[in-house]
Amino acid sequence: MLLIPCPNCGPRDETEFHYGGQAHVAYPENPAELTDREWAEYLFYRDNTKGAFAERWLHSTGCRQWFNMLRDTVTYDIQAVYPMGQLRPATGPTAPTVTSPVSPEGAVK
Amino acid sequence: MTTEHLPEHPDFLWRNPDPKKSYDAVIVGGGGHGLATAYYLAKNHGMTNIAILEKGWLAGGNMARNTTIIRSNYLWDESAAIYEHALKLWEILPEELEYDFLFSQRGVMNLAHTLGDVRESVRRVGANKLNGVDAEWLDPQQVKELCPILNINDNIRYPVMGATYQPRAGIAKHDHVAWAFARKCDELGVDIIQNCEVTGFIKDGNRVTGVKTTRGTINTEKVGLCAAGHSSVLAEMAGFRLPIQSHPLQALVSELHEPVHPTVVMSNHVHVYVSQAHKGELVMGAGVDSYNGYGQRGSFHVIEHQMAAAVELFPIFARAHVLRTWGGIVDTTLDASPIVGTTPVENMFVNCGWGTGGFKGTPAAGLTFAHTIATGEPHKLNKPFALERFETGALIDEHGAAAVAH
Repeated sequence: MLLIPCPNCGPRDETEFHYGGQAHVAYPENPAELTDREWAEYLFYRDNTKGAFAERWLHSTGCRQWFNMLRDTVTYDIQAVYPMGQLRPATGPTAPTVTSPVSPEGAVK
Repeated sequence: MTTEHLPEHPDFLWRNPDPKKSYDAVIVGGGGHGLATAYYLAKNHGMTNIAILEKGWLAGGNMARNTTIIRSNYLWDESAAIYEHALKLWEILPEELEYDFLFSQRGVMNLAHTLGDVRESVRRVGANKLNGVDAEWLDPQQVKELCPILNINDNIRYPVMGATYQPRAGIAKHDHVAWAFARKCDELGVDIIQNCEVTGFIKDGNRVTGVKTTRGTINTEKVGLCAAGHSSVLAEMAGFRLPIQSHPLQALVSELHEPVHPTVVMSNHVHVYVSQAHKGELVMGAGVDSYNGYGQRGSFHVIEHQMAAAVELFPIFARAHVLRTWGGIVDTTLDASPIVGTTPVENMFVNCGWGTGGFKGTPAAGLTFAHTIATGEPHKLNKPFALERFETGALIDEHGAAAVAH
């Protein structure tokens, strides 16, 4: 079982969380102008990275907040945890990096 | 001990050739689907100058890790057609391949535990019958008669309210299926090349012309991808994307027991599926781990959950012990249906997205994929399973519709 360092609650068992898939997938800016191919990309195509992968998690039975996590999909090592709206940190440190919780003005635009 | 006391080594079932400079077609992935594809390419289309490239050892991925269940009771017409065709092939393959791989048509039961389950199940039985798939609805008493060790009392959280039953469904010995295909492929002239990992593709414009491997470069007219959990990795090398997410899927076995379980029982709602292997182990599986993973292992709470469900349904299992658990990497799509067809790269074809249910589809995947590779056009059975369906919106949504415990 993964031990996930929630940015608000600290390390908790994976069973307290829900997985949200790939992080940093923006809603299309001009949905009306998308081709079918572009809609397919937005709806059904996600990166399926073997290695360091930025993904979203929800601490559903804790603080009920979403956050981002950088995790290796082969070793399952958690490399970083960072707030929604923040850019993906550079891949590198294997020790978990927990950054400070998101401030209201730092939320997703 | 000296070698003079040892018996002769049994005959090898296939050669271990070095890769040639070029082939008419190369299949990437030496699991069940890759082997079946090569077999039908050789048998049905006369393409014998072909190779299967396997990065590890033959059938050591999901073909070695699945729970061997074979059934065709899917809801939608497109799925029923391809899986029923697979089942009909399973019925003739032991003779055709001249190998008894212990295909046992002991039936598969899909339990219903809620009113919603009952309605969905009765609907699916009707849909199956219209598609020529054998299916019946059983009440709890009939469930008990077919599988006496099942607990049908109403003293549990989700009592058994009935089940769908497909008598022609069952299990087969997965390793023997792989060996049966491998031996026939070899006889037909197919080169099975193990320990040969694909590291890239050579293209002329948008047309694939060769494969780079850890055992050198191989020129080829056509490439067929049969790499299950690693399909996205290969597609990226070739320069296109697939709507696939790879997840760990776990299974487990108990120690050996006397025969106690006469059929296969699947429960979507409390989420476990159980059969008893020919040797006597209880074989169990359930759903995927939620996160993306290539690690061939998952989290233990998933195992704990499926064992809790199994013990509630089968109180007799309470003192059984888990002998082994393991994980495979399954390639899931958002409509829980496979992708078999052409790709954006010319002369490159893909067979993937079978997710948690690829074993049962093995013969039909091979037959239709071989047809697609040989002719450049889909077989009528895999036409609906094209990559383009994610653009046209003609999805085949088997999520929750197909008696599948995803």
